[in-house]
Amino acid sequence: MITYLSNNTDVILAALRQHIVLALLPVLIGFAVALPIGYLGVRFPRVYHPLVNVCGVLYSIPSLALFVFLPVILGTKILSPLNIVVALSIYTVALLARTVADGLRSVDELVTQSATAMGYRRFRRLVDVELPVALPVILAGLRAATVANISLVSVGALIGVGGLGQLFTRGFQLFYLEPILVGIIASIALAAVADLAIVLVQRLITPWSRV
Amino acid sequence: MNLSYLFDAAHWDPTLSGGIPQLILSHLGYVALALLIGTVIALPAGLYIGHTGRGSFLAINAGNAGRSLPTLGLLMLMVTLLGLGLTPVLIALSVLVIPPVLTSAYAGMRSLDQRVVDAARGMGMRPWQVLTRVELPMALPVLMSGFRSAALQVVATATVAAAVGLSGLGRLLIDGLAVNDYSRVLAGAIVVAVLAVGLDLLLALVQRWVVSPGLNPSPKGPS
Repeated sequence: MITYLSNNTDVILAALRQHIVLALLPVLIGFAVALPIGYLGVRFPRVYHPLVNVCGVLYSIPSLALFVFLPVILGTKILSPLNIVVALSIYTVALLARTVADGLRSVDELVTQSATAMGYRRFRRLVDVELPVALPVILAGLRAATVANISLVSVGALIGVGGLGQLFTRGFQLFYLEPILVGIIASIALAAVADLAIVLVQRLITPWSRV
Repeated sequence: MNLSYLFDAAHWDPTLSGGIPQLILSHLGYVALALLIGTVIALPAGLYIGHTGRGSFLAINAGNAGRSLPTLGLLMLMVTLLGLGLTPVLIALSVLVIPPVLTSAYAGMRSLDQRVVDAARGMGMRPWQVLTRVELPMALPVLMSGFRSAALQVVATATVAAAVGLSGLGRLLIDGLAVNDYSRVLAGAIVVAVLAVGLDLLLALVQRWVVSPGLNPSPKGPS
């Protein structure tokens, strides 16, 4: 294990770097897209149930199928990392749009009414009152999406772009345990660090929830 | 993008090995076995932890830990350790089932109104009777939602079995990709998604059937 690590440091670090980009970029894109969609689900109650159902169906598409199929729709090369980024962004939106809607719906009616009575317009009230109150729910969804993305990236290795997943396929092809173990451990560690980072950010930006 | 592979009757011949019906059957076989094994392990553990409150930390964190484990890596690790075959695939997929079932069994047991449990005990029910006749039926809605999300995940993930030489709908994806036959890949993706949604609907029906009507608060009933 140690010799494998020291002989292949460059390969492992490159895989890790690619893994981080492929997993976290979609989280940012997905979050940015999910916020307005989730808001629509609250603003127009009729949209809520169709929204939840569409998200559920999107999430049930196997990642492998989406990875190989996006090039056909987007016209990208099969080996383009863009396929992975778009696919994972879709999953992130599917997970987060619902969470954002649920978070905003969980805001106490009395709170929004008080804000309105204090003179808040709709948009200011959303940004200054409703979103901050809904943050714990939304960030819980963000944690789940981040962790899921980090473990999904490796499936991309089956089509040649998979960050740490490439260590899995290499080990599998050579019947060699070390790369697979290193890949799994690095992937879990990355997920744990990202999860912890979001928890810390949450503590920083929602000081009122600390007891 | 075209649907010719999916709508070609020759690929739907039930006797054809490698035809879509047989791939669906083997796919569902992996899913059923993985759900069975995972549930047999996770359900008693979750109920026990929820009932006694011992080991709550494990039940709460199993969900997150499970999500972060890359299934493809686990599968390839198991194949490297055990050789090709059904066992490594079932291990990898069962591991996927355990976290949601364990966490939801625990959450279901914790969500019970403790007064109901006390009342059952006060009526003279034995611990086993309290568990099977009161706690389990009342925890069922939460438990079923965990089971359904596990089923959804396993149906989608069972496609990776094809990456280590097994059957299932992943064959359409892997083989289609290998020969640049995107019509076949699309067929695989659609059949898996339909299967996942269909299974979820079926489980939703099962849930309506097994959950006691008294647990579905109706607007007319007493609150």
